[in-house]
Amino acid sequence: MDPKVIFNQHLKNVKPSVVGKFLEIANEYKEIISLSVGEPDFQTPWHIRQAGIAALEQGKTFYSPVRGLLALREQISEYMMRRFDVQYHPKTEILVTVGSSEAIEMVYRTLLNPGDEVLIVQPSYLVYEPMVYMAGAVPIIIETFEKDGFRLKPEQLKEKITDKTRLLILPYPCNPTGAIMEREDLEAIAEVIRTTAMLVLSDEIYAELNYSDISHVSIAQIEGMRERTIVTSGFSKAFAMTGWRIGYACAPQEIISAMTKYHQYAIMCAPTVSQFAGIEALVNGAGDIETMRSEYNMRRRYIVDRLNKMGLSCYEPQGAFYVFPNIRPTGLSSEEFCELLLKKKQVAVIPGNAFGDCGEGFIRISYSFSLKHIIEAMNRLEEFLKELSLG
Amino acid sequence: MEDVLKLLTQNARLSHQEIAVLLGKTELEVDKIIEKLEQDGIIKGYQAIINYEKLPQVPVLALIECKVMPKAEHGFQEIADRVMLLEEVESVYLMAGNYDLAVFVKGSTMQQVANFVAKRLSTLDSILSTSTRFVLQRYKQNGVILDEKDIRDPRNMVL
Repeated sequence: MDPKVIFNQHLKNVKPSVVGKFLEIANEYKEIISLSVGEPDFQTPWHIRQAGIAALEQGKTFYSPVRGLLALREQISEYMMRRFDVQYHPKTEILVTVGSSEAIEMVYRTLLNPGDEVLIVQPSYLVYEPMVYMAGAVPIIIETFEKDGFRLKPEQLKEKITDKTRLLILPYPCNPTGAIMEREDLEAIAEVIRTTAMLVLSDEIYAELNYSDISHVSIAQIEGMRERTIVTSGFSKAFAMTGWRIGYACAPQEIISAMTKYHQYAIMCAPTVSQFAGIEALVNGAGDIETMRSEYNMRRRYIVDRLNKMGLSCYEPQGAFYVFPNIRPTGLSSEEFCELLLKKKQVAVIPGNAFGDCGEGFIRISYSFSLKHIIEAMNRLEEFLKELSLG
Repeated sequence: MEDVLKLLTQNARLSHQEIAVLLGKTELEVDKIIEKLEQDGIIKGYQAIINYEKLPQVPVLALIECKVMPKAEHGFQEIADRVMLLEEVESVYLMAGNYDLAVFVKGSTMQQVANFVAKRLSTLDSILSTSTRFVLQRYKQNGVILDEKDIRDPRNMVL
C-alpha cells in the first residue's frame, strides 16, 4: 500500500505569507537595495560574542536546566525590575526560550483550546495570526488606524470581547507600524481587561527600541495586570542577537509551570552557549543598547523627513525599526506598489497587507540598514514617486 | 558637537539641513555648531576619499620612518615644521617606539619618492637615519573600505 501523507488540518488552513511571495519576486533581481529585513544590521557586540566563545572554550556545551541557567534567569529578573519595574521570581516565573518566537508559541500551546478566541491587534507581526490557527483557536482581529497612531483604543477592544475571548496579543512597540502604547493608553485598555477573565500576551521584544522621551512601559506594570499577563521578550533586537535564538517569557508561576512542561518535552532547553552570552548582555550591555538606539533614531528621523517631503504621509514611529507610510494617494495597492518599486528602481520594501488586511494601503520600510544605504534607497523612492505622478 | 563631527566624518557632503534632521536639531543650530568647529580649527577641511588604485596612473605611497636628533628647547617641533612644509609630504606624525617621525609621502613613481628621500629628507640636519616602506596595496583608508563590492549583507529575509 502506498503511503498517504495527511497534513495537520490546521496547518493546511494557513495561507502562505505575502512576504514569501514577494521575496520570490525580489530574488529575481540581482542589484536590489533592500529595506525589507526585520533584524538589526549591527553585529552582536564583541564582549557578548566573547562570552559565547568563552563558554565554548570551557566546554560549557551541555543541556542547561529546562527553564534556563539560573544565573540567566536571575539577570532577567533584575533587568525586568530595573527597566520596567515589574518583579518576577527567577526560580518560578521566568522561562528561557529559543527566541521569543518559542515563548509566544508556548503561550498558545498551553493556554488555548479549540474554539477559544484570541484578540490580535493589527497591523502586527505576521506570526501571531497563523499560529493561533495552528493551535486550533480562532483569531479575532482588532484593526488599529493611522489616525490613532496605530494604538489600541479601549472601545475597539470592548467591541470584540465575547465569552470565548481568552487572550489578547499586545504587540507594542509594534512591528510594522513603530507604534507604542504609553502609560495612559495601557491604563485605558487595562480598565476594559479587568472586567473580563482574559489573559494578555504582551510581546515586548522591541521594548528597548523606543524613541519617545519616556521609556517603554510594560502592561504588567499596570494595576491588576501582572497576574494575567505573559511578557515575552528576547535578546535579538535589543542586543543584535537574532542568530543566537534566545528569548524568554515572564508570567505568574502557574502559567510558567505549564509552559515549562510543554517546553521540556518539545524543546528541552534553549541553546546553552547563547544563554551564557545572554548573561553578559544583561550584565554589561546597557551601553550597546544606547549606541544602537541613537543610530536607529537618526535613521528614523531621516526617513520620516524624506517621506514627508516626497508627499507620503507617515505616522511618526516611536519604536522598533520600521516606518509605515501611507501609499494610498498613489492609487496603487500595497502589493502593486512594492512590485512596481522593485521592478522600476530595484528597491525592496514589504507590502503592508502582509501584516493584516488593515495594513493594505501601507508599506513597511525597515531602517536596520546603514545610513548610506538608506539615503540611496530614499533617492530611488523619490524618483519612483515622481515618475508615478507623471504617469 | 561630537555627533555632528561623527556624521561629517562618515560623510562630509551631508547638508546642514540633513544633519539637522538626523540629529533632531534645527538647521540654525547645526549652522552654528559647524561654524564654531571651523573657527576653532577643529574641522580643518573637507576632502574626497579617493581610491587611487582606480586611477590610470596609480601614485606611489611610502612611509618613511625617520630617526631624529631632537634639538635642545625645541624638541621635535623644529624638524617637524621643516618636514611638513615639503609639498610631497602628505602627513607627519611623531611616534612612540623605534623611530621618531612617520612621514607619509606621495609621488608618481618609486624613483621620485626615492629621490625625495635621498635629496630632500635625509639631508636635513637633525635626521639621523631614514627607512622607507612602500605601500603595496590600500585596503581601507579614512575608515572606508576601498573595494566594498564583495561585502554582502549576510542577513536572510526570514519573516
